[in-house]
Amino acid sequence: MSEGVATGWRGRVSAWWTILRIALEERLVYRGDFALGTLMRFLPIITQIFLWWAVFETVPVGADGKSRLVGYGFSDMVAYYLLTMMGRAFSSMPGLATGIARQIRDGEVKKYLVQPIDMLGFLFWARVAHKLAYYSVAAIPFGIVFFLCRGYFERGWPATPYLAAFIASLLMAFVLGFLVEACLGLVGFWMLEISSLLFLYMLFSFFLSGHMFPLDMLPQPIATIVNFLPLKYLAYFPATVFLEKVPIDRLGWELLVQALWTLLFFWLARTMYQRGVQRYSGFGG
Amino acid sequence: MAIIEIENLEKTYRVYQKPEGLGASLKGLWKREYRTVQAVRGVSLKVEAGELVAFLGPNGAGKTTTLKLLSGVIYPTSGTARVMGYIPWERDDRYRRRFALVMGQKNQLWWDLPAQESFRLHQQIYGIDPEAFRRTLGELTELLACGELLGRPVRELSLGERMKMELIAALLHSPEVLFLDEPTIGLDVVAQHNIQQFLKQYQADRKITVLLTSHYMKDVAALCKRVIVIAKGTVQYDGSLTGIIDRFSASKRITVQLAEGQSSLGLDRYGTVVKEELPRVQIQIPRGQVSRVLADLLERYTVDDVAVEDPPLEEAIAGFFAEMAEGQGSSVGSAEGRKR
Repeated sequence: MSEGVATGWRGRVSAWWTILRIALEERLVYRGDFALGTLMRFLPIITQIFLWWAVFETVPVGADGKSRLVGYGFSDMVAYYLLTMMGRAFSSMPGLATGIARQIRDGEVKKYLVQPIDMLGFLFWARVAHKLAYYSVAAIPFGIVFFLCRGYFERGWPATPYLAAFIASLLMAFVLGFLVEACLGLVGFWMLEISSLLFLYMLFSFFLSGHMFPLDMLPQPIATIVNFLPLKYLAYFPATVFLEKVPIDRLGWELLVQALWTLLFFWLARTMYQRGVQRYSGFGG
Repeated sequence: MAIIEIENLEKTYRVYQKPEGLGASLKGLWKREYRTVQAVRGVSLKVEAGELVAFLGPNGAGKTTTLKLLSGVIYPTSGTARVMGYIPWERDDRYRRRFALVMGQKNQLWWDLPAQESFRLHQQIYGIDPEAFRRTLGELTELLACGELLGRPVRELSLGERMKMELIAALLHSPEVLFLDEPTIGLDVVAQHNIQQFLKQYQADRKITVLLTSHYMKDVAALCKRVIVIAKGTVQYDGSLTGIIDRFSASKRITVQLAEGQSSLGLDRYGTVVKEELPRVQIQIPRGQVSRVLADLLERYTVDDVAVEDPPLEEAIAGFFAEMAEGQGSSVGSAEGRKR
């Protein structure tokens, strides 16, 4: 029978690779919609830049001849905004939570119970494929936008340790974003409809990940509280690392905390899946 | 040794009983009433390796629940089951590599991609050796005559074609036990026939064990020697297909072809006239009265031809299901009483 073939780590890696490849192919089926959707995401950049420009118009000019808002000049703000966009490109998971909840509701989740495959692993590799497809299309417009806006990056490229930390934080932001949204989707095992919950999360995540404005603009004690939340690692943290706003001696610590949050959500997603399946199996399937 | 052994399997669900009206719905926000549904109650049976067994029963009888229990999707409330020595709901990977579940109403292929991509994924998930994969896929596509469909996106396939693909996906890892839940649901007659023929051939070649649920008697008649009738969660009958008629039907049908000029008047004295298309009349009579009725009928009427048949299987089963639905079955009543 099928015993005796590659079923250990080698088999698993090979299965992941196949999922990745197939999901990538699936992504490219609707290339028109996909390309348009990717490009449309760049539109908010223009409105956002105008918004900050209008805001800075009202801010009095300081001693150095520049308007500053909690340490951010207009160029800093645009640079920050572009970088959080990049962070979100890694950490946002459109359709993941709703997809999981739908699969639970429609009973498609049975597939993962009957077949020797792990649901979270499967979804993770499918998501990696989605992101790869997205980056391959978005790389050019991203490049153009960053090139056009290069003047706003007054410090130029960050120093090597910052650049390395930036890349590491983006990769972890991807995993963390995946796990947080997977947990939200897995709530579907307990609640038939998760759209309100998801709406609430999106709302908070939009502000508290720093996508709307830099989190250090928040007043105390809110800033301190938000600083303890994992959401900042989805956009704010990678952006401030690139802008070298994190002191070098805190860089390692912050990365460690991000890794710990990721591990925590890994554990949470696993536990929720296990409990959820138990409930599902007990309840009716 | 039996490949599937089920003993006293029970499955009880708790369902939220939503009352009618807005006021009651508001009340339901904090206090909810639940109803206990016993989907499977005390099912015990054994299936030998290589058997092809059909589960029959009305909607909600517990057929699908039983298949879900055996494929490990759900846990039982009590009782035991072993398939190839494994307890299904422990979901041992070794077990999951040796059986397959096909649900007629569920799709497990990638919708936007050609089926062959899903097959490749299955090859990886089940760790099928490339050579065996090629060979099995070749055999299955030949048997189902669907080679040209492999490269077409699944969403462009007809229901029947998609079912063929689903079956291939399920059989690629050469499962020893196959659970089929309504495999021909929604298919036209030709597609149904094709799937039946395929399953028959495949099972004969591979000697795998198949458990099937279906509402189509043709599926059952074409495929299964052994039939298990489940209603209200209990096994009502376990035996041959022809035995069902003896068990559930107390009547026979006599079709008479009356001679020219012979009136059909008074034929209803023997039983119910089922069909009257003169000169042909069909009467349903109690089983034990066949010879008496025949003798009397031939004496009173001038008849060109006469035939005695069993009523159609569908009718026998439908009659039984209707009886069950009325909740008259004594075994069911007592089970309910015991559980409350």
